[in-house]
Amino acid sequence: MVAKEKLTIGFVAKPGGTLNYHTGGWRTFKAVIDPEKCIGCKRCADSCPDGAPFECAHDGKKKKFCVDYDYCKGCGICAFECPVDAIDMVKEEK
Amino acid sequence: MAGKMAVLEGSMAVAEAAKACRPAVVSAYPITPQTHIVEDISQMIADGDLQNCEYVRTESEFSAASMIQGAEAVGARSFSATSSQGAVLMYEVLFAIAGLRLPCVIAMANRAISAPLSIWNDHQDAISARDNGWIQLWAEDSQEAADMIVQAYKIGEDRRILLPVMVNLDGFLITHTFEPVELFDQKMVDEFLPPYAPLNVLDPKNPITMGLVAPPEVYTEARYMVHHAQIRAKEVIEEVALDFKKKFGRYQGGLVESYRMDGAEVALVAMGSIIGTIKDAVDEMRAAGMPVGVVKVRSFRPFPVEALRDALKGVKAVCVVDRDISMGMEGALFTDLKAGLYAKSNADMLGFIAGLGGRDLTIEDFKTMANKGFAKIKGEKVSEMEWYDLDVNILPEGI
Repeated sequence: MVAKEKLTIGFVAKPGGTLNYHTGGWRTFKAVIDPEKCIGCKRCADSCPDGAPFECAHDGKKKKFCVDYDYCKGCGICAFECPVDAIDMVKEEK
Repeated sequence: MAGKMAVLEGSMAVAEAAKACRPAVVSAYPITPQTHIVEDISQMIADGDLQNCEYVRTESEFSAASMIQGAEAVGARSFSATSSQGAVLMYEVLFAIAGLRLPCVIAMANRAISAPLSIWNDHQDAISARDNGWIQLWAEDSQEAADMIVQAYKIGEDRRILLPVMVNLDGFLITHTFEPVELFDQKMVDEFLPPYAPLNVLDPKNPITMGLVAPPEVYTEARYMVHHAQIRAKEVIEEVALDFKKKFGRYQGGLVESYRMDGAEVALVAMGSIIGTIKDAVDEMRAAGMPVGVVKVRSFRPFPVEALRDALKGVKAVCVVDRDISMGMEGALFTDLKAGLYAKSNADMLGFIAGLGGRDLTIEDFKTMANKGFAKIKGEKVSEMEWYDLDVNILPEGI
C-alpha cells in the first residue's frame, strides 16, 4: 500500500510495506480460538490469507494458536478449516 | 552509410530489427498472422545468430506478456509479438506493464477480432488496447515496421518516458509481403541503442516491491504519471525519428507524415499500410489537378493533436479512414481527430469505416472517399460517418 507521500515511477517501494497496513479494521466477525480445544495443528495459520494466526503458549502448554487482530479480516476460512471446531466467528461490536 | 538491401518478408524484417536490438528474453505464443516473426527469432537463437537471448515458450499470450513483464522487471530487454485474439488475451498484462513503467516492445500484426472469426487484417486489436498506457506506433510498410522496432526501444527506455511500445504492422499486408528492406548494421544499431539501463530492478539482494496497492489518495496521481509520460513521448518520438534519420538515413515521419499537403483542400487521414495506396490515389488525383493530400498518423498514442492541427491547417475537408469501429459511436481515429480539431479548424469532417476483416481497399476506393470530401466542400449532402462499401443486400430483413 502506497502512503500519501512522494510517489515513485512504477510505484516502487521497500518490501514488506503491507505490514504497516492493518486490515483488521475491515472485519465484522473476529476469529476466536478456544485454547482448550486447539490441538496446535497449524491449519488455521496455513489457510489464513493474511497470516494472522500465530503460535502461542496457553497454561504453560506450547503449540496453541492465537490471532493477530491487526490483520484478521474476519473471513472465517480458519473456522471452516479447523478440524476440531476450536474457532468461533464472533460478531464484533464497535 | 547505407546497409545491405535484401528482399524480405515483413515478418523477417521485423525479426531482424528485433535481433539487432539484442533482446535478452523473447517470449510469445503463435497466432496468425504474427507467427513468422517469433518463428524467425527462435530460428536465429537456435542457429546461434542471436546470442545471450532466451526464447521462452509459453502456453498462452497471457503468459507470454507476463514473461516479458518479469524479464523487464529484472532488467532484461525483451521482445514479443502478437495479434488479434492473442492481443486480447494479453490485455490485462498490458495495463500492468504500462503501470509498472516497463519499456517492453511488442510487434502487433494487426488482425480482426472474433466473433465472427476472421484471420484477416484490420486494426481492432490495437485500437481496443488504446487506453492501457502503451505507446502505439503504426507502420506503413516493412521498412518502417523494422525501423520502428529500433526506434521503439529508444523511445520506451528513455528515462523521460519509461513506457512500453506497441509497433503495429498490418497482418498479411505487411507481415507476409516480400519487399526490399535495408538491413541493419549491428555496430550502428549498438551505437544508436545503448544497452538497457533499467530504473528499478528486482533483485533478491536488494529487495523492492513493484506496483503496490494504491488507495484512492494516490491512484489518480499514478494514472496522471503514465499520462504525463505519454504526453512527453510526443517530443521524444520526434527526437528519436530525427536521430534515426541522422544515423541510418531513413525518415518516415515523426508523429505524423504529410504527403502532398501543399495547398490541399481535401486531406485523407489514416494509419498503417493503406497509406501507400492512398499516396498512389493522391498522386493520380493531383495529376488530374485535384488539390488533395494525405496525412499519415504514425503515433496513435500519444495522439499528436498539435502535429495534426498543424498538418491540416487550411484544409477544407478531412476524410478519416478507420479500419476499426468503436461500436455505438464511430471510428476511433475519427473521434480523436475531431476532438483534437475542435474549435481549431473549420474543416468538414468525414469518417469512413472501411477495410474491416481484410476487405481490400484500392486506389479507386480512396479516390471515391476524397471525392466525397470535394463534394462536401461544394455543399452537397454527404454522410458524415459512412460504413464504406457496406453491402445492404446481404443484411437480414428488418435491419
